Amino acid sequence: MNEVVKNSFLFIGLIVIQVTILNNINFLGYINPFLYILFVIVFPVRRDRGLLLVLSFLLGLSIDFFLDSGGVNAAATVAIAYFRLPLIKALTRKTEIDFPLFKIIRLPFLKLLSFIAIITLTHHLILFSLEYFKFAEILTILSRTILTSIFTIILIIFSLLLLNKNK
Amino acid sequence: MQQIISFILKNKYFLLFLLLEILAFSFTLQSHSYHKSKFVNSANSITGGVYSKINAFKEYTSLKEFNEQLMEENARLKNLIARSNIDTVLNAITVLDSTKYHQKYSYIPAKVIRNQYNRKFNFITINVGSNHGVKHDQGVVNSRGVIGITNSISKKYATVLSILNENSKINVKLLKSYHFGSLSWNGDDYNILQLIDLPIQANIQVGDTIITGGRSTIFPEGILVGTILDFHKENNTYKEVNIKLFNDMSAIGPVNIITSFDKQEIDNLEEGLN
Repeated sequence: MNEVVKNSFLFIGLIVIQVTILNNINFLGYINPFLYILFVIVFPVRRDRGLLLVLSFLLGLSIDFFLDSGGVNAAATVAIAYFRLPLIKALTRKTEIDFPLFKIIRLPFLKLLSFIAIITLTHHLILFSLEYFKFAEILTILSRTILTSIFTIILIIFSLLLLNKNK
Repeated sequence: MQQIISFILKNKYFLLFLLLEILAFSFTLQSHSYHKSKFVNSANSITGGVYSKINAFKEYTSLKEFNEQLMEENARLKNLIARSNIDTVLNAITVLDSTKYHQKYSYIPAKVIRNQYNRKFNFITINVGSNHGVKHDQGVVNSRGVIGITNSISKKYATVLSILNENSKINVKLLKSYHFGSLSWNGDDYNILQLIDLPIQANIQVGDTIITGGRSTIFPEGILVGTILDFHKENNTYKEVNIKLFNDMSAIGPVNIITSFDKQEIDNLEEGLN
């Protein structure tokens, strides 16, 4: 399948799944995983980072529109989109020549897991910090970040397996 | 000039990143301020359309409960009419007093298409908008009590600042006396709210009923809120008065939006005072 078509499907599909199903889970009263950041994780690695930044902003903002949450999802998603490339470089020691053939899923499992974990934790920490917006709430922010991250990471790994089985 | 251009080209991704973050931050700041309508809201036609589609499915699971609520309300209203019939005879011989029959409020029926209660700043989306006469800052209630205040309005949908929002403050009073306070939420339990600024002179007991105070132009006096669950006294003030709502905020369906005909007049008067 064409890469552009595939990524557009993923973009819209992730918003639909997030809004219709995942935002209504309310596990333990408040835990809702944010699977939509899967888009930032699987988006093809390129030298040109502008497109990913803009798409991440639009993805986050769409979620914000549905959740009435201002710009918290947009801010968090743009941040992980920006720090994705430096993180991949640090984890894999790959150079820009390798990128056209590089696929996130081909990473050894431990590296893949730590990549997903760092991305997810960063995203959730920014998200909840901006949402609560109070230093006094630091404990709530941390506990929500960690609990929600666990669910998001598990979901992302399952989705990655599922996406790759189809090929 | 050359240097500026080369600086921009060298750091274009960082500058783009910064620009997008600043945009996102400004949306966030806007969402934390209480009175403004927000640019990012779920009242637009896309999000509203999606939510009403989802709601069309979900509605069936709670039809029974909503039916019971409406029956309850019907019975209450029928009782009111039955009672008012008793003194129509008296009214018939008195001169019609226009101030007495002057209508102060009207109600617009609506349906909640998206309910939120698991965050600190919760919003509800309803399926009526400016086409139906909904405006900014109108009260939203159902048969069991207060729900919130309208916030962002589009043509067909509107968002409601839920009482489960840390920015929400609603004037309330005790049913048994004229002591006023404010209803706010600390973000913990979605069925327990806090009554603040209650004067120490108010003699309260567990189980006392709280109703809206009618001091703001948004809610009429006497709409149900909840009962006092527990309270602490500290330094001769009421520290924390917890209120158990009559509503279950996780399951709300049909609601009414209150239009106050006197709001403009009262607001103008009060503005003149300041």
